[in-house]
Amino acid sequence: MTRLFTKLGAWGAVLPLLGYCAIALGFPVWAILWEGLHQTNPTTQQTTVTFANLTASWHGIYLTGLLTSLRLSLLSSVISAVVGLFAAYAISQSRGRYFKQAVLTASGVLANFGGIPLAFCFIATIGTGGVFLSWIQNVWPSFSLETFSGVALVYPYFLVPLMVLTTLPALDGLREQWKEASANLGGTSRQYWRHVGGPLLLPAALGGFVLCFGSAFAAYATAKALTSGTVPLVTTQIANILSGNVIAGEDNLGMALAFNTIIICGLMMAVYLPLRKRSAKWLES
Amino acid sequence: MTTISDTEPAAAVTTPARDKRGLGLRRVRWWRVVVLGVLAVYFLVPLASTFWFTLYTPGTHTFSLAPYGQMFSAQGFGTSVRMTVEIALVTIVILYLLLVPAMIAVQLRLPKLKPVLESLAMVPLVLSPVALVVGVQTVLGWGLDQDPGTPLFQLAADLQNQSFPLILPIVYVVIALPFAYRSLESGLRSVDLKTLVEASRGLGASWPVTIWRAVLPNLRSGLLSGAILTLALVFGEYTISSILQFLPFSVWIVQDGQGATSGQLAPAVSLLSLLLSWAVLFLVSFLGGRRAVGRPDRSS
Repeated sequence: MTRLFTKLGAWGAVLPLLGYCAIALGFPVWAILWEGLHQTNPTTQQTTVTFANLTASWHGIYLTGLLTSLRLSLLSSVISAVVGLFAAYAISQSRGRYFKQAVLTASGVLANFGGIPLAFCFIATIGTGGVFLSWIQNVWPSFSLETFSGVALVYPYFLVPLMVLTTLPALDGLREQWKEASANLGGTSRQYWRHVGGPLLLPAALGGFVLCFGSAFAAYATAKALTSGTVPLVTTQIANILSGNVIAGEDNLGMALAFNTIIICGLMMAVYLPLRKRSAKWLES
Repeated sequence: MTTISDTEPAAAVTTPARDKRGLGLRRVRWWRVVVLGVLAVYFLVPLASTFWFTLYTPGTHTFSLAPYGQMFSAQGFGTSVRMTVEIALVTIVILYLLLVPAMIAVQLRLPKLKPVLESLAMVPLVLSPVALVVGVQTVLGWGLDQDPGTPLFQLAADLQNQSFPLILPIVYVVIALPFAYRSLESGLRSVDLKTLVEASRGLGASWPVTIWRAVLPNLRSGLLSGAILTLALVFGEYTISSILQFLPFSVWIVQDGQGATSGQLAPAVSLLSLLLSWAVLFLVSFLGGRRAVGRPDRSS
């Protein structure tokens, strides 16, 4: 009986959080689905179920936007994942306590600092009239911050810290004894990474990569401030439609675009969660 | 579980192994310097040149710290900062009221739910804020479509009150969830919650007293860093507030702050808020009884 009560009490502590998420996350998502699949006829005011919005969101400039978004996220997240993994390893090997804390806290701040302030920093650095623009243009004459490559250069600024944050626990979980055991059995450093460290790290590293990808795909404020819409991205297109730059009758197109990003977000989670589970199995025991 | 890994290596380190590790470390150091050096350049140069940009006026060849002073007197600065601070505080309070009991309960009684909570805390990282705000706007629109005077209309209108839009903290709680969860999680990991709670309960303390006097003090560094990250997030958040057409700090900087001083004000504010939140977070990380992030055995 008392056991039942403690269980009930524990559920009572968890349910508010789950309920809150169901409302604050679930309700908007449901609204997007609903509106994305409906269309109101401007003359008769009748609302009908339609796939027209979704179809439109997969064609023309919106398809370009989606593809550009995917390309940008893939490029910047591959770079960030590789660099971030090496950085996390370097940090996990570091002995300085202050250095480590400084880097970790900085990663925490920077990982959620992708936004307007980040754009300002880069505009001041390599934007028009920026301090280092001429330096970069010496090496890369056509470089401009307002292009695809410009944005791809800025995104790692918040993706690398995110990668460091997600992979550092796994790297810290690699025990020194495993390396020693491998060495005692005559394994070289390469064999250790090929057969022990690598497979252990892989889920965490892939998981970090997926998070970086999703996060890059979801980013809006930075791209908006950097390019003011010259690079077509899903998120900037959605915002454009919302602010009223839309052809009549396409009111619900924004919903359909948002719907697409939610599908991609769902795919990311579907890939990430099993990876997370695998990595947790070994490293948290 | 850390106890196991803390004690074992001390026994495992023998002289030959140490030699091998010495070699390994030396080899490791070389690329470590390269990686960290490149990253330092990438991360510090934009900050440094932003600082330079805010100080130096090319037209007159003068240096001045004026932009940092001007922000306080700029039109609308006070209102937007007050509104943002209020939003941040409400966000943090709601977030912790929901998250702390849930995480403690999951840790102690419902370990099966941990993956659920963990994945829930990941969703906002990949869910585009733009998509979320589209949905929120739609829901609010449904409310305003009701006849004025009905409770739903009133609710939707109240949530969008211009002087204190309650809808923002409600959405920010979701956005801040990953970062707060991570901070609390690392806090929880460094204390033996079970023993702590059993000891306190065994001495006759009630649940609220146990949480308030035994658990929370041990989590304070995690709680504080989560709160600071949330604060930084609310101060920097632009997407949602600008699309919903409110005027908190971040939107104010972009809209009104830019005209003030040849564009120097906005970067100045950005830089200041970044460095401040990092500095506070760094200091807070030493506050609690938390050990260094790495395990001590590595350096032995």
